[in-house]
Amino acid sequence: MTDATLSAPPQVTSTTPLIAADGVPLKQKLARTTRRMKMRALFLTLPLVLFLIVSFVLPIGQMLYRSVHNPTGSNVMPNFAVQIENWDGQGLPSDDIIETFVKDMAAARKNREVGKTIGNLATRVNYEIPGSRSLFTKTARRADKITEGPYMAALIEIDKKWDNPNLWLTLQRVTKDFTISFYLAATDRKFDEAGSIVRADELYRIYLPILWKTIWLSALITALCFIIAYPVSYLLSTLPLRTSNLLMILVLLPFWTSLLVRTSAWIAMLQTEGIINNVFVYLGFIDDNQRIQMIYNMTGTVIAMVHILLPFMILPLFSVMKTIPPSYMRAARSMGASGTYSFRKVYFPQTVPGIAAGTLLVFILAIGYYITPALVGGNDGLLISNLIADHIKKTLNWSLGAALGTILLVVVLIFYWLYNKLVGVDNLKFG
Amino acid sequence: MKLTKLLASTAVGVAIAFGSVAAQAAGDLTVVSWGGAYTKSQVEAYHKPYIAKTGVNIKSEDYNGGIAEIKAQVEAGNVTWDIVDVELSDAIRACDEGLLETIDHSTLPAGADGTPATEDFIQGTLYDCAVANIVWTTIYAYDKEKITGDAPKTMADFFDLAKFPGKRGLRKGAKVNLEFALIADGVPAQEVYGVLATPEGVDRAFAKLDTIKSEVVWWEAGAQPPQMLADGEVAMTTAYNGRIFNAVAGEDKPFEIVWDGHVWDLDLWVIPKGAKNKEAALDFLKFSTETEQLAKQASYISYGPARKSSAPLVGKYHNKDIDMGPQMPTDPANLTNAVQNNFEFWADNADQLNERFNAWLAK
Amino acid sequence: MSMSQRMKTPGFIGLLVATVIFFLFTRSLAGTFGFIVIFGIPYFAMSELPPYATIQEKVGKYAFLSLCTLIFIFLILPILVIIPLSFNAEPYFTFTEGMMALDPNAYSVRWYADIVRFGMTAPDAVEGWWSDMWNNATWVRAMRNSFFYALLSTLLATGFGTLAALGLSRPEMPFRSAITSLLISPMIVPLVITATGMFFFYSQKNTFPFFPDGLVNRDIGIILAHATLGVPFVIITVTATLTGFDRSLIRASQGLGASGWTTFVKVIMPLIIPGMISGALFAFITSLDEVVAVIFLADVDQRTIPRQMFSGLREQISPTILAVATILVLMSIALLTAVELLRRRSERLRGLSPG
Repeated sequence: MTDATLSAPPQVTSTTPLIAADGVPLKQKLARTTRRMKMRALFLTLPLVLFLIVSFVLPIGQMLYRSVHNPTGSNVMPNFAVQIENWDGQGLPSDDIIETFVKDMAAARKNREVGKTIGNLATRVNYEIPGSRSLFTKTARRADKITEGPYMAALIEIDKKWDNPNLWLTLQRVTKDFTISFYLAATDRKFDEAGSIVRADELYRIYLPILWKTIWLSALITALCFIIAYPVSYLLSTLPLRTSNLLMILVLLPFWTSLLVRTSAWIAMLQTEGIINNVFVYLGFIDDNQRIQMIYNMTGTVIAMVHILLPFMILPLFSVMKTIPPSYMRAARSMGASGTYSFRKVYFPQTVPGIAAGTLLVFILAIGYYITPALVGGNDGLLISNLIADHIKKTLNWSLGAALGTILLVVVLIFYWLYNKLVGVDNLKFG
Repeated sequence: MKLTKLLASTAVGVAIAFGSVAAQAAGDLTVVSWGGAYTKSQVEAYHKPYIAKTGVNIKSEDYNGGIAEIKAQVEAGNVTWDIVDVELSDAIRACDEGLLETIDHSTLPAGADGTPATEDFIQGTLYDCAVANIVWTTIYAYDKEKITGDAPKTMADFFDLAKFPGKRGLRKGAKVNLEFALIADGVPAQEVYGVLATPEGVDRAFAKLDTIKSEVVWWEAGAQPPQMLADGEVAMTTAYNGRIFNAVAGEDKPFEIVWDGHVWDLDLWVIPKGAKNKEAALDFLKFSTETEQLAKQASYISYGPARKSSAPLVGKYHNKDIDMGPQMPTDPANLTNAVQNNFEFWADNADQLNERFNAWLAK
Repeated sequence: MSMSQRMKTPGFIGLLVATVIFFLFTRSLAGTFGFIVIFGIPYFAMSELPPYATIQEKVGKYAFLSLCTLIFIFLILPILVIIPLSFNAEPYFTFTEGMMALDPNAYSVRWYADIVRFGMTAPDAVEGWWSDMWNNATWVRAMRNSFFYALLSTLLATGFGTLAALGLSRPEMPFRSAITSLLISPMIVPLVITATGMFFFYSQKNTFPFFPDGLVNRDIGIILAHATLGVPFVIITVTATLTGFDRSLIRASQGLGASGWTTFVKVIMPLIIPGMISGALFAFITSLDEVVAVIFLADVDQRTIPRQMFSGLREQISPTILAVATILVLMSIALLTAVELLRRRSERLRGLSPG
C-alpha cells in the first residue's frame, strides 16, 4: 500500500548525484515532491482542524483558563485591588487602603453593570468565607455615608466582623486575578484562617469522594460490559456470516437508538411499579409491598449504563475475534489440551487487543457520562459530570465547575493517551 | 457526485423548511413561570385579561426556578425572557449581581380602594428589582385513603417512621428541609434561623434528616409531589401548598395538608436586564399586580395575594364551592407555627449548606 | 439433523419435561413462554457437535447458548417493550391489567395525539389547526428544531470530515497520529466538559463576526456544537472505507491521462460515497440524539426532541415520552437498515466480501 518510490530513499552508491531531466539533483527533487505531497495531505485536513480549533479546542482551553482566572475582585474594586496587593498582611490594613475600599464599595454599589456589582464580589468572597455575603451587601448599602476617616472604625461600627485581619487577608487573595482557590475547593481543600491550605471538614467533602466513586463505578460498568460482551462476541464471531449479521442487528439497534429512548425504557423496566418488579411479584418472588428499589439509585445507573455502553465493547471484541482462525483452537485440542486450557493459552491471548480497545473505550465513555445518571441516578448514582453541570447551570459557581471539569478532563486524557498507545485511534470502527 | 449533490441540496432545503422556528416568536411577550397548576392560575388571572385588554400576544414558558437562565441570557446579551416569576432569595441575588431591571415603585398602580401601591403591598414584598405577586408556602401532605388511623398533625409526625411508616417525598436541596428538620426536632418555627446559624444547629438538622434518609424520595419540580402521592410512591411528601390544593379541588384527590411548621416565601416578578420587550413587560407587571388580578388568581390556586386590598376580594374556588380564605398560607389559623423563609440566611449559606447536603446525600 | 430427528433426542424430551414442570410450578402462560424462549432457542441453535464431544461439552455449550440468549434479550427487550407501552390508555409507564388481558379498551393512541396537541393554543379549533400545530405544539417545534440542527450540522461535519479523512488516509500524511487523535477527541472528551467550554466561549461578546452578542441561545451555537460532535464519526467511517483502497487505481487513472479532479470524481468518489453517507447518518443521529450541548447552549426556543424528553423524564413522566420514543425507535431501525445496506454495498465495491 505505501508508495515505495516516494518514501524509500533512492539507493545511490556513487558519489556523483543523479540528475533529473531538468537538471535538478534527483534527491533534492524527490524531497521537494515528498514535501509537496505532505503539504497537500495536510492541507486537506486543515479546514477541519481549524474548525475544531475554533469550535472545540479554544472553548476547552478557555475553560482551563477560567478555572484559575477569576477577575471579579479587581473588576468590582479596581483601586482597592491595586492598593491591597502590596499590603504586608500584618494586623489590619492602613486607613488609606480602607478609604479606597470604602470608596470603591460605594462606587460598586451604584454600578449596575453585570460582573461589576457588589453582589458579584459578595458571591466571590462567600465562596472563600461562607456566610459573609450579607456583610458585603449590608456594608455597601451604607458605604456612601462614610465620608471621613477613620474609615476602619466606621466599618467596624457597621459590623464588627471587619475587625478581623483574616478577612482582609482573604480580600487580598480574592482581588488577585489568578487563584488556585477553585482547585482547592474541587479537591475538598481550602485556605484556613491563617492562609495555609487544609482539608475541608469531613462533612463537607464531596468532590474527591464523587470522583473516586465515578472512577470505580466506571470500572465496575466496564467489567460488567466485558463479562457480558465476551460470550456474545465469541458467539457472533463463530456463527456463519448470514446468522451473525442477523444477530448483529440486535447489537446495533440499541447502538442506533436514542440515549433518551433507552433511558426511558429502563425507567419503565426498573421502577417500583415497573415491568421487572411486576414480573417478580407475578411470579411470586417478592411480595407486592416489598418491591425492589432498582432505579433512582446506583443500581439503576449501573444497569442502564451497561446496556448503553455494551455495543462499544461488543464491536471491538467482535472485530478482533472474527480474525482468529478456528483452526488454532482445533489444533490445540487435537494435541491434547483441555477445552479450558486451550481457551486460556491459545484463544484468550489473541483477543487481548479487542479487550484493550473495548474496555478502554467503555471506561472513557462511562467516566464522563451525564444524562443517564442525571435521570436515573437518584441520590447515590450521581457522577462527577452531574456535579459539574450543577455548578454551571444551578449554583453558578462557574470557576469551580471549570476546575472540576479540568480535573475530569485530565483523567480522561490519560486514558485516551493509553488507548492511543495500546490500540491506536485509527483502529476505531463501528459495525 | 450527483447523489451527494442531490442529498446535500435536499438537506439544505428541508432544513430551511424546518427552521424559522425562532423567528415566529419575536414580538410576543414571553412570561416565564413555574409550570403546572401555578402557571395555569396566572394564565387565567393575568394573561387572558391582559391579552383581551391590549391585544399583545403572550408566550408562556415553564422553568424550574433559579437564576441560571437569566444570568446566561443577560451575559449572552440575548434576553428572550421578558418577565420571570422568581423566589425571593433568587430575586435578591440576581438584583445584587446586576441581572435585573430596577422597578420604580411609585409607578405601580394604586389599590382598588385608592391606597398608594407602596402602602397597599404587604410589607416586605417590594424590592428594588422585584414586585411580589403571591405568598406561597412549603407544607407537607398525605393521602387520607392510605393513612387511615391517627392522622399526622405536626412536623414531628412527618419524621416519625414508627408511627407513620412509608416513603417520604422531600425537595432535593438544603433549603426548607433543614428548617423542617429543626422544627420536627422541637425548635419553635420562629427560632429556626437562629439555631440554624450555629454549627450545632446545622448538625442537629442533618441528624434529624438522617433518621428518615433511607425512606426519602427526592423531588425537583413542583409538579412531582402530587403525582408521587397519587401514584402511591410516597406516603407523605412536602409540596407547594397550591399544587396539593389544586389536586384536591381540581382532581378530587384525597390529599390532606398539614399546616404545622411550614416555611412561607414570596414569588416575585422580575424583568431581566435588556429584555427585548421591556416596556410591555413592565406594563404586564403593573397590570397583573393590580388588586383585581391578584384576587382573581387566588380563585384558581391557594396562594395569598401580595396586596392588602386584594384580601377582601378573595372568594371561592373558580368552579367549586370551596372558600379560598382558609386555604391561604397567610390565613391566621395556618400561621400559628410557621416562619418566613429567611432570604438573607440562605443568600449567605446556600453554597456551603448545599455542598454539605450533597455530601450527605451521596453517602 | 433434521427437525423431526432432533425432536426425538433426549435433550428435547428434557426441555419438554422442564417446560411442563415450570408451567405446573408457576401456572403462568407468559412465564412459560419466557422459559421456552430462554431455553428453547439455544436448543435449536445448538449446531452439530463433533461425535467425540463429551457430555460436559454439550452441557457447557447449552449453558453458553442460554447465556447468550439472555444477553440478547437484555439488549433488545427494553427497546421493544416501550412500543406496546406507548399505547397505554392509562397515564402510567407500566402494563395495566387490561393490557395484559389484551382488552382493546386498555389500549389507545391518546399519547400519539398528545404529541401533536400538547402546547397548541386551540387544539380543538377547526380553523388554523395546521398552522397552530406547526408553530405552537411543543413536540412539533422540538421536532422541527431537531431536524434543522441535525441536517445543517451533518452537512458541516460531513463536508469537513470527508476532506480531512482523504488527507489522513494518504500514505504521506505527516503527524497522522496526532491529528487523528485531535479529530477523534470530540467523541472522547466528556460532553459536559465540551458543553461547558462551549458555553463559556460562545457566550463572549464582540468575538464572532456577525454575532456581536455571542452564539449562546442561538441556532448557530448548537449547529457548531453538533457539527463538532459529529466529526469523529465521519472521520472513522470514511477512513474505514479508504483503508484497503487500492491506490494503484489512482495511478492507473492518472496514467490514462485523467486530471486530479477527474480522478477524484470518477475513481475516488464512487468508492467513498457509501462511507460518506454512513458517516453522515452517524453524524445525523448524533445530533438528533444530543442533549447535553443543548442543555448548556440552548434557550427554550431551541429545544430539541431529546431536550424535551429529558425535562419530561425529570419532571412529569407521561407516556407521551414513550410515544415519541417509539417513533424514534422506528427511525433508528430505518437508519440502521440504511447503514447496513451501505456497508454491504461498500464491501462489495471494494471486493472485500462476496456478493
